[in-house]
Amino acid sequence: MASKEKEKKIIKTIKIDVDKCNGCRACEVICSSFHASPKYSSNNPARSRIRIIREPLRDIYVPVYAGEYTMAECAGRDKYTIDGKEYDECSFCRASCPSREEFKEPDSGLPLKCDMCEGEDEPLCVKWCLVDALTLEEREEEVEEQEEMEDLEIGLESLADKYGMQTIMDTLARMSTDDKSK
Amino acid sequence: MRYAETGFNLEVDLTRGNIEKKATDPRETELYLGGLGTNAKILWDRVGPEVTPFSPENLLIFSAGLLCGTPATGCNRTIVSTISPQTELMAFSMMGGFWAPELKYAGYDKVVLRGKSEKLVYLWIHNDTVEIRDASHLAGKGAVETAEQIRQELDQPKAQVAAIGLAGENRVYYASVEQGRSSASRGGIGAVMGDKRVKAIAVRGTKDINLAKPEEFLSLCNEVLAYIKHREDNPIKGVMPILAGLGSPQEMKVHDEKWHTENFMWGNSRTRRKGFWNDDIEKQWTDTLEGARTRLISCFNCPMKCGATISMPGLPTYMMKCFTKLTYTMAAYSDLDFGLRIAQKATEYGLDGFSTPQVMAFALELLEAGILSKDDFPGLPESNEDRFYYLLDMIVKREGIGDVLAKGTYWAAQEIGNGAEEYAHNTIKKHEQLPLKLSMLNPIYFLMYSIGEKINITQIEGQFPQAPFPKREHREKFCEDWIQVPHEKFKQYFIDWELRGENSIPYYPTVDMTCDIVEWQEMMHYIDDALGQCAGLSSFPLKPPYHIHNYPKFISAGAGIEMDEEKLTRAAKRYRTLVRAVNIRRGMRRKDEKPPEDHWKKRFPELEEKLLDAYYKLKGWNEEGIPTKEALEKMDLGYVADDFIQRGILTDEETADKQKETQTQ
Repeated sequence: MASKEKEKKIIKTIKIDVDKCNGCRACEVICSSFHASPKYSSNNPARSRIRIIREPLRDIYVPVYAGEYTMAECAGRDKYTIDGKEYDECSFCRASCPSREEFKEPDSGLPLKCDMCEGEDEPLCVKWCLVDALTLEEREEEVEEQEEMEDLEIGLESLADKYGMQTIMDTLARMSTDDKSK
Repeated sequence: MRYAETGFNLEVDLTRGNIEKKATDPRETELYLGGLGTNAKILWDRVGPEVTPFSPENLLIFSAGLLCGTPATGCNRTIVSTISPQTELMAFSMMGGFWAPELKYAGYDKVVLRGKSEKLVYLWIHNDTVEIRDASHLAGKGAVETAEQIRQELDQPKAQVAAIGLAGENRVYYASVEQGRSSASRGGIGAVMGDKRVKAIAVRGTKDINLAKPEEFLSLCNEVLAYIKHREDNPIKGVMPILAGLGSPQEMKVHDEKWHTENFMWGNSRTRRKGFWNDDIEKQWTDTLEGARTRLISCFNCPMKCGATISMPGLPTYMMKCFTKLTYTMAAYSDLDFGLRIAQKATEYGLDGFSTPQVMAFALELLEAGILSKDDFPGLPESNEDRFYYLLDMIVKREGIGDVLAKGTYWAAQEIGNGAEEYAHNTIKKHEQLPLKLSMLNPIYFLMYSIGEKINITQIEGQFPQAPFPKREHREKFCEDWIQVPHEKFKQYFIDWELRGENSIPYYPTVDMTCDIVEWQEMMHYIDDALGQCAGLSSFPLKPPYHIHNYPKFISAGAGIEMDEEKLTRAAKRYRTLVRAVNIRRGMRRKDEKPPEDHWKKRFPELEEKLLDAYYKLKGWNEEGIPTKEALEKMDLGYVADDFIQRGILTDEETADKQKETQTQ
């Protein structure tokens, strides 16, 4: 019994009510601002880890959060038809992957992932969503322990996927030699 | 590094097809802030009084406000400035939506268009790549339709597009620039865009906007959000529901239209229909709006839901906000179903929702009066509704009488003659106004109508209650948490204001109090227009989250410009004066500063003159409304004074050459 208890975890989830979304993108604003370095020093929704899929004339407002980086694109990319408009399956996908630009830093191409605003009482997108399309929900769940990847590791992994591990290692070796010779 | 602003403007010469990225001078930001302020400076420097609205030398400036693109809630406005074909003065219409922040993220504060393209084009701004692209395939397309098509052909679903419809292409004097749920409608800037042969400006940006003091700025933003919540939970008591909360009047939300339908005028701003509103109409109109409205929507980074997506059965979806809901309905003596249907067409055509219905009602009045004849309207349908559709097409296509009506009631009346001028009765500075006719002169409104250079009452009023509450205790209560006042004296002005008796309109508020109140209200609008802040969270509603006490902090922390209340007040006064200077140089004088003759039944000519005199004096303007040399120099506008003296507008003795003025008229 005792060992089972240990596997229970408080999971923080963001509840998304698309019917309440007013499409204002305040969540994108505060997300990119919070994750700027230094904190809040700049603002750029293109760096946000949440994005609103907005199709105002079709009344589509879907907030989507950046999930894990995935190194390969999906084999089958299915099509959805919603209210007469065709969507690529990718439209609603959370992953940053090699097949598209979503959830990557616009300049470096490094993948972005929602971290629930670590260190804050609640994710700031939730705090800034006054229309309550985004709310925080905590629930207890049984989960398998998994090691979290560090930022650096995520970044390196994506670079490795893009250029191949050998290139990365060669580059690192060259860079460290350059460094020594200075 | 530049903070809050990008420090670059895009200069586009349409005649030569040349595009230049031009660094701006940070000292100008300090003097004129941005948005309207720096637009006014550019127009003063580069557009002389000899430049007519439709000449290639006229500029059309699309400017983001200074704080657009920062996390400041509701700061999303594009300020579009040019010389208006309707007023022949400086127009500075604005739009909310998503365009201004996107321009900032692309790396620019303004797009300055000059010259004229030979063929119809659109501008595509994508970070450092800027192209002038052929738009011949978009000719005649609707404004909303155009935006969609451009996004598709560029394969850029996130691009923001400001576009004109057929009305702009055909230079209808009250053509708008449409952008999603927003539009820059007043002053005919869409006509200037059409004259330059620019169908649209599409923009997509993925760059950073930097803040000078990040933590401080964010804590100011959080205070604003908290105050918005507070105001949502505590609507103001004693005022009508649309004025109790924040945002633009919540026309897309409310169903009870008793107040508008019974207090605003129908037709060509003629008839008040007391007792119009009843249960049957309420039910019918509620059904119409509920059936049409799919969602209440917002502009960039703003929780207020002032707009709505409207889908009328059988018509393409469009977006609407505010009072266009009722303008067509009331001008045509029709119902909401008609109003929402014709507004769809008018939005695609790209037309101002205030002027357009009024022009059409004016035309039908002229027909009724025999000033225009049946021959002027070949094939005119029978019903009022069908006539409005007929006129809408005639105007936008500029066919027959529509070609004349396309110039607005003032110019059309001049051209038609034969007494038509009497029917163009609801204009200020040649521009159609809200259909409102009242009884007793209100000194505050008299002054705002007269001296306003945005020429729309909603763009100068706000902050101070429109009328006193009946009981003193209620007025005192209102003042308890009235933190926005620039000075405690405003509270006393309000507490002592009575509905009847000695302390009531028109002699109370007194002339001096009225001047103070108007100056405060006007200043807040001018600050909003420089920062890009929507009036709906600032200068328009009572007790807004942005005010003179926190704005200086926003500017310091955001743009890194040392700012306090006094310095901000001076800056606002400076570019407000510059707007006036542009207009004075174009011939505007005291004679132009008056409300429509019939706006109030009970007028007080002597008091009105006193009000104008006192306000002019307070602002440092002479009796003609011309800023004096002394006042100009005090505001660092010595170059304006030099220009005025050189042109003989001011003499060295600092008085207007009144005699010369009269002679030239």
